[in-house]
Parts: sequence; structure tokens; C-alpha cells
Amino acid sequence: MVWTNAIIQGVLLGGLYALFATGLSLSFGVMRLVNLAHGDLAIFAAFMTLSISTSLKINPLVALLIVLPAAFVVGYLLQLIIFDRVVGVDPAFQIVATFGLGIVIQNALLEKYTADTRGLNVGRLKTSTIKVNDTIGIGWLPLLTFITAVVVLSSLALFLKRTKLGRAFRATSDDPDAARLMGIDIKRVFAVAMALAIATVALAGVLFGARSSFDPFVGPARLIYAFEAVIIGGLGSLWGTLAGGVTLGVAQAIGRQINPQWGELFGHFVFLAVLVFRPTGMFGKVQSR
Amino acid sequence: MTESLLALDKVDGGYGDFQALFSIDLHVAEAETVSIIGANGAGKSTLLKAIVGLVRPWRGDISYDGVSIGHTPAHKRVAQGIALVPEGRRIFDSLTVEENIVIGGDVGRPGPWTKQRVLEAFPLLMRLLNRSGEGLSGGERQTLAIARALMSNPRLLLLDEVSLGLAPIVVRQVYEAVPIIKAEGTTVLIVEQDVNQALAVADRFYCLLEGRISLSGTPGDVSKEQITEAYFGMSRRSH
Repeated sequence: MVWTNAIIQGVLLGGLYALFATGLSLSFGVMRLVNLAHGDLAIFAAFMTLSISTSLKINPLVALLIVLPAAFVVGYLLQLIIFDRVVGVDPAFQIVATFGLGIVIQNALLEKYTADTRGLNVGRLKTSTIKVNDTIGIGWLPLLTFITAVVVLSSLALFLKRTKLGRAFRATSDDPDAARLMGIDIKRVFAVAMALAIATVALAGVLFGARSSFDPFVGPARLIYAFEAVIIGGLGSLWGTLAGGVTLGVAQAIGRQINPQWGELFGHFVFLAVLVFRPTGMFGKVQSR
Repeated sequence: MTESLLALDKVDGGYGDFQALFSIDLHVAEAETVSIIGANGAGKSTLLKAIVGLVRPWRGDISYDGVSIGHTPAHKRVAQGIALVPEGRRIFDSLTVEENIVIGGDVGRPGPWTKQRVLEAFPLLMRLLNRSGEGLSGGERQTLAIARALMSNPRLLLLDEVSLGLAPIVVRQVYEAVPIIKAEGTTVLIVEQDVNQALAVADRFYCLLEGRISLSGTPGDVSKEQITEAYFGMSRRSH
């Protein structure tokens, strides 16, 4: 029963990792951009939510109504102003630009909020649990996070499959020049993709902030988990991202069950095993171009 | 002289420091079919890329329907009525055949080419609609690429090396599409290494050699020797 509980908690944690990874998968899938500031943008969103919820005296989850549209706009503008200059060129420029952005965000947060750890107060939601039996309990917040991840990924999958813009996303991912020949404004496609990516990672950042404490420097660790989830699931596959997140979460939970300090280690082992034995991941689709 | 739908005036262009086009003067009238022939590396595909906006000319001017389009982004030229069937087909592998067809019409002009009309003209595609673009044969991919380009109802259709890598019988089938396209009043500019095929369907032609026009005229007015000279570089006299 203890192991069953560990696996359930791992699956639910995997939902959060999948949310962190969704934007990364989207931006890499559509424009082959690896955004090293991804985790910092999540934490930035958590701090923004903290400020808004404190000043307006509202629940942080209600503050998402302001934070998510703002994150969408920030993502759109970031793409037009910064990332467009490094898409399709030497990846070294992407690394410098996005890593630099991450450092700027960390230091701006440090300046404004100091290095103190913070948390988002979502009230009883944080501690409420569905008690299945004496050893298995399902927290409402992890469950809500997992359901949110499934809803976000399902919505994105439907958007990509069923809409004209989604079709343009997939065509641009396949061959940007051929997409331009179809009359597709690929700069707009890139900007909308980044806007969606930043909105999803902002959501992940807020849900993370609701269950854990955070400070200006915890973003890079979120980036690593997001990377691992994307690689395990397979680049370019949204459902692979969920599978990758869940696999990572379960591996960490199993490791933690064996020894409380082995959680992250087990996650990294699974990631390395995937790299060695199945480099395309569980559902990998993206080819190099 | 008939007013040109497309006119290039002393166009130079290339990639990085490499110049591929030298002072190209070219015009295509409405409803005309013009072929551009030349050996591999003569600059034919670069010329088409300059016309659709994938390569920006260094000097000179490209005008379409009397308006300069040298600085118009590639995606806006599609809405203006210019479509390219690119070399290598460039089919979207993650889209189904049906989606590949439909996406060609997402941005474009109203006109005779609808999904239904395209499928009537290319019945081969009918049974492939739900297949992914990835598993198609060369001939199927080429037919799909032409159908996709027609969906934008272009006034000017550019065909880049449509015979490349195809079996002769498939090439014949692909070229059977040209009269169907012309019948709708579409202007066609064909780039082709296969001289016989290109001249058979053309009202006029240009021959490119090392980025320069080495010969131009109507297919019936030039001899095989003149074309051979212009194609292989034994003479650079303009006809």
C-alpha cells in the first residue's frame, strides 16, 4: 500500500512537471527554440501572483485571471523583441539570449523581493486530502494540478489538430519556408506559440508556488525537470510530455520511498536511461531541420 | 507589347557572399507559359525564390501586376496571387494529404480552385486524403504539391523542377496537369532541367547559364544547336 501511495503521488507530481514542460515542448516543437529562461519565467509568474494576490487581497488562484493573460502578452512580446532574433540561427545565440534573460529575471526578482523564500497561500486547498484508506491519501491541490495539466494538454492537442492556426503551427514546425509559401506569417505563428508557452509555464509556476516555497533562484531546477519530462516523453509530442512528466514524477516518488534523499537521483537515472536506450523518447516526433 | 504580369529588371541576387543571379531581365505576360531552362547550378531555383520572396534581390526590381514586390514578405505574395511548387515538393509530413491540400487555400484568393475542383483534376489524391504526407511516393508528393499550390488560386504559378527524381511515366502524368492549369487562365513559369519537357509546354523560354540569361525566345524559333550552346556555355549570345 505504501508503494501504491508513492506511485499515486508520483503520478500527480508528474502533472506539475508536464505543465512545466508543455511550453518548452511547444516552443521547441514549433520554432526549435530552447528557452533557458523557461523556469525563471515560471517563478516570475509566481512572484507576480504573490504581489497581485497580496495587494488585491484575493486568492492566488483567482489572481491567475490576471496573470495568465499578462503572461500570454509577455510571451508574445518576448518572441517579437528578443527570441525572433535567435530563431533559425546558430544555437549558441539562443543559449546566450535565453540564459541572459534568465539571469536578468533572477536578479530583478532578487532586487524586488530579496532572497527570502515565499509561498502562495491558497488556504485549505493546500492541506485538504481525499483519504482513500490509512496509507493512501490524495491531496486536492496535487489532484487539481494533475487535472489542470490534462485539460491544458487536451486543449492544446485539440487546438493543434482542429484549428487553422493549429494547422499552421504544425506546418511551420515541419518546414518554415514551405509554410511561408502557403501564405503563413511564421513570425506571428512563433509569437503565438511563445505566448502559449509562457502562459502554460506561468500556470505551472503558480501551481508550484501554491504547493512549495520558492525564491528568485529556483527557476533553473524547474527548467531541468521540464527538460527531463520533454526528453523522456519525446520532443514534439504533447501527450509524450504528459507521459514524460508522469514517468519522472513516479521515478522520483519511488526513489524517495527507498531513501528520502534519492528522489531526484532516481528521476535523473530514468532520464539518462531514456537518453541511452531511446534517445527519441517515448513518443518523439520532432526531426532536426 | 503585352503588359507583363511579372517583370524582373536587372536583378542580382544570391546567398551570403555568393552571387547566383546577374542582371536578370525577364518578363511574363498574363496567361503565358514560360520555361526557364539551364543546367544544375545555373541559378534557376534562386530566381524563383527571389520571385516568391524567399531570397531578397541585392539589386534590381521585381514587379508583379505593375507593382514592385521586392520588399514584400513571402507570405504576403501568396495573397497577391503568386504560388510556388518548390523543388523537392516540401510536403508537410505531419499533416494528412487532405490537410496539405486545405492549407494551400488558407491564405489566397477566391477562384476556381477549391478542394473539390482539385480532387477532380487530380483524382489520384482522392484515395490518399487520410494518409500522412510522410508515406507518399515521389509522384504522389509532386501531384499533392501542385494541388496544394493551386488551392491559393494563383494568377502566377511557379513550378520548380517538377520532374526531378520522378520516373518518365510519372513526369508525363505531372506535366499533363499544365494544360489543365492553363485552361483556368493561370500564368505558369516553369523551371526545368529537362529541356524537351520544358519547351514542349512553353510559349516562350529563357535559358540560364551561371546566373545569366544566355538565350531567350520561342521554342519554335531556335535551333537545337543554339539551345545546346546556351545551356552548356559554348556561347552567350542572346537570341
